This record gives sequence, structure tokens and C-alpha cells, in this order.
Amino acid sequence: MTIDAAIGPTGAARRALPAHRTRRTYSAYALVTPAAALMLVMLLGPLAGVIALSFTDYQLGAPHFSWIGLANYQDLFADKVFWTALRNTLTYVVIVVPGAVIAGLAIALLIQSGTSLRSLYRTIYFLPVMATLIAMAVVWEFMLHPQFGLVNGLLRGAGLPAFAWLQDRNTALYALCAIGIWQAVGFNMVLFLAGLVSIPKQLYEAAEIDGASSGWARFCLVTWPMLGPVTTFVVVISGIRSFQVFDTVHVLTKGGPSKSTEVLIHTMYTEGFEFFRSGYAAAITVVFLVFVLALTLIKSRLADRGVHYT
Amino acid sequence: MSNAHPIPFRAILRHVLLIAGAALMLAPFIWMISTASKPQTEVFSSELHLIPHQFALVENLREAFAKANLLRFLLNGVIVTVSIFVLQVMVALPAAYALAKLRFLGRETLFALVLFGILIPPQATAIPVFLLLHKIGLLDSYAALVLPFTISVFGIFLMRQFFKTVPDDLVDAARMDGISEFGIVWRVMLPAAIPAVTAFGIFSVVAHWNDYFWPLIVLNSEQLRTPPLAVAHFRNNEAGTSYGPLMAAAMVIIAPLVIAFLFAQRRFIEGITLTGIK
Repeated sequence: MTIDAAIGPTGAARRALPAHRTRRTYSAYALVTPAAALMLVMLLGPLAGVIALSFTDYQLGAPHFSWIGLANYQDLFADKVFWTALRNTLTYVVIVVPGAVIAGLAIALLIQSGTSLRSLYRTIYFLPVMATLIAMAVVWEFMLHPQFGLVNGLLRGAGLPAFAWLQDRNTALYALCAIGIWQAVGFNMVLFLAGLVSIPKQLYEAAEIDGASSGWARFCLVTWPMLGPVTTFVVVISGIRSFQVFDTVHVLTKGGPSKSTEVLIHTMYTEGFEFFRSGYAAAITVVFLVFVLALTLIKSRLADRGVHYT
Repeated sequence: MSNAHPIPFRAILRHVLLIAGAALMLAPFIWMISTASKPQTEVFSSELHLIPHQFALVENLREAFAKANLLRFLLNGVIVTVSIFVLQVMVALPAAYALAKLRFLGRETLFALVLFGILIPPQATAIPVFLLLHKIGLLDSYAALVLPFTISVFGIFLMRQFFKTVPDDLVDAARMDGISEFGIVWRVMLPAAIPAVTAFGIFSVVAHWNDYFWPLIVLNSEQLRTPPLAVAHFRNNEAGTSYGPLMAAAMVIIAPLVIAFLFAQRRFIEGITLTGIK
């Protein structure tokens, strides 16, 4: 930006071409107005709105509402369901992020370490990212069926105990985590592949000359440090996406059995769009926002180190 | 590199590991197709077999189409995703051009807001946008599905970054030819930005075809259901224990995007990586 301004027209030059400039400025406003207006109505206004709503007792259909300060938050923090949902969400994030990041990295390294069948593998691993999650969730539900599912069938075949995965409160959340990892791995793999491709070949040659002959030594010396920024980025992106987990929960478990899969966005959905307790649901949204924005800020901090958007 | 060794152990190990992983990734797809091809009696046998003894794919598809208006739901998916994408481009492209190439008071503020907007997850604005649509009586309509997504701050950001790389000379030459600023957006910048627009298009279509959260919130009517809602309803209300037709329905719903992806996978992966980074 500063460069633009420095070489921009001086006051004198600006006075010299008034007609052009003014016409172009009008055009500029005409060009940005639809976008700016929609941003206000659909994004920034609603964001302010959700924060404001969280301080009210507004319920959809109620004739009046009033400002109740922090009462929603007090109710929320006193509500066991909220704490369960928060704990489940964090558990989900803590399992899915490392799972999807480590698997994504391992697959990317394996694909990149040879030359054959690269694009076939890439396609296969990316397939779950493309497939409608809801449709695949229904498939997973059948695979996890206690009697007729593939998973239990294989376990029985191997002489292992079977589970009622999604109906058992000890396993339901982990089953959802597995589906989450399955769906996210391909996306992370592609980001890692992009990172791997951008590592200069000379670095590996240099490492080899320096005596890093084994693949592991080359990985420690070159690949891992060079992938550092991509890895941080993938971790944060996976974290943000995992925090938004909703689809599989809503279709497969509705937060059950006995709240063992209740997550933040699902609680927000039930309160806001089934019970229409808009104020209370807004307070849940604000809590969710705080977590996601914290993650996003870490990400943009890291991104800003290398890139400047001007 | 590996020419020196005829059958390197490492190459075999690489394929073994990758094939094992691939089997895990593909298992749900294969099981879906297998189940969709089995008659009811075979679905409910505790003995596992991949290839049906008796093929019932056609019957299951027929039942799926009979129980749910799948064609209508696919059409809804097309209407909604295409409308969203076209409107997103119509709104974002002019703004991106102005932010990249024109000077006006408030440009920095607007761009800062665009960057800020990228940070806001879609679920965060759901309640107020829902209340707004309720207030103006637009819930349960195509408009409710499309309107909130007509603004894509990410699209603006992506295309602005792209326009920054278009030489100013090109813009100046167009001005010399007497083309208005509006004309420049559509006749000069849009053709130059086709790769960025395509990448954004893939991202937008994938995101909105697969979106479940928002349609679930704003829709009531059966005839407006989008593909993900259709599967969920099929499972809850129609399927009961008829997994064959349910798997057939799931196949139909994922088919359009998956087939498009298989045909143009390089494009899709590039598009998603370029734009999915948000």
C-alpha cells in the first residue's frame, strides 16, 4: 500500500486530470456498492447482531424481548449440557486434528516418494473430500451397524468383540471422529503435496552431499523444516473445521446417546432453530466464535509473516 | 532414480502402504455400491460378501426414485449452486476490480473488512440471517438458500489478488479504446481471470452442493430440498430398514460431483487447494 501511495499522483497531478479521476471514482463506488451493501447485510450486520442478541432474552415468535445483560452466559455456564458439548467438541478436535494431519502428511510423503501411480492415489485419497458428507455419513452408519455392518463383520471374523458403535455412549464420539478423519485426510494430503512440490530439489542434493543419505535423515534435515509453515497452517485449518462439526452429529446421533456426542454447533442448532431461543443460542455462537477466531488469528499471524496482502 | 534397482523393496513397501490406505478410503464407497446392488435378504445376512449373489441395483434405484423425488432434489441442487455461483461472481468481480485497480476513498477500509469477513465462520451469522429472512418472509424459498451466499468475501479476495497481477497497461489500453470501467470488468478482466473464476467456481459449487447446515435451517417444504437434505430425510422417514434403496439414493446424490471430479480431478484439486485455503 505504501508503495502505491508513494508513486501515486501528487496533488498537482490530480488537479490536472479532474474529469477522468472523478468519473473513475464514481465508477469505483458503483462497482463496490453491491458487494459492500451485501457484506453489511449478510455478514457484518449479522455478526454484530449475534453478539447483541446474546445479551437479550429474544425468542422467535415472542412479542417482546429485553436486554438481560450476561444472564444468557450465566445460564450457559451453569448448564451441564453446554459443558458436555464443549468437552465433546474439544475431544473431537483433539482427536481429529492430529489424526487427519499425521495421516495426511504420511500419505503425501508416500505418494511423493515414488513416481508411479501418483495421480491415481491422489484421486482416491481426495475422493471423500468431494463426496457429500451427509450421504457418506449414512453409508458409515450402515457400515457401523451392530448386526449387519461391515466393521463388526470384520471384527467378528477376526475373533474380536463387536460394538454398537453409534448407539453406545462409550464409542459414539470416537466413531464420529473416525468419520471426521476419513473425510479430512485427503484435503490435508493435498495441502502437504503442494508444500512438498515447492521444496527446492537442490536442498536434497545438498543434504545428500552433507551425508544425509537415509530417507529419514533427509526428512529431518530438509522436508520437515521446509514443511513447517504448511504444517502449522494445516493444523489450524483442521482445527477450525473440526470445531464446526455438525453434519454427522445431526444425522447420525442427534447428540446422543445420553449427550455423549453433543457438540457446540449442535447445541446452538437445537436451541436456536428447534426451540427458537435465539438469545441463548446467540450466546453459544459467541462462545464458538471466540474459539474459532482465536484459531484464525493464530493462522493469520502465521500467514502474515510471509505474505502481505497489498 | 529407482532405475538402478530392478525391484526396489522401498517401492513395493510404498505401494503396499498406499494401497492399504486407499482400501480404507474407498471402503465406504465400495460398501455403498455393494449394498445398493443387493436385495433386502442379502443386506440382512450376517455373512459378509461384497458381490451380490443376486443383483438388485436397478430395483433399489427404482425404489429410491419412487420413495423420494430424487430428480427434483438434484435439480434443486443445480439451481441453488449455479445461482449462488453466478451471483457471487456478479457481486465479487466488480468489487475485486475496484479494489485492485481503482483508487477511491475508503478502499483500504473496505479491503480490511473483506479480510475480516474471511475470518467469520458461516455458522456464526446463522441466527441473525435466519431472523432477517423470517422478518421479510423469505424463509423456505430458493431465495433463502441463495441470498446469504451471494456475497463471498473470499471470492473478492481471491479475484483481487489475481487482478493485481494483470498489467495496468491492459486496463489503460482498454480505457484508451473508450471502454467504460464496467466494460473493463466484464470484457477485459473477466476473460483474464477465467482461471481464478474457475477455481473459485469449483470451490463454491462443492461447498454449496454439499452444504447441510443452512438448507436444514431455512427449509420446510419437501419440493425445495437440496441433495444433502434429501438423503437425510430419506434416512429418517422413508428408509426404515431398507438399506438397499438408501444406499442407492446416497449414490445418486454424490454422483454428480464425484463423476465431475473423476473426469477433471487435476482441476478440482487445484481449485480446492487454491481457494480452500481460508
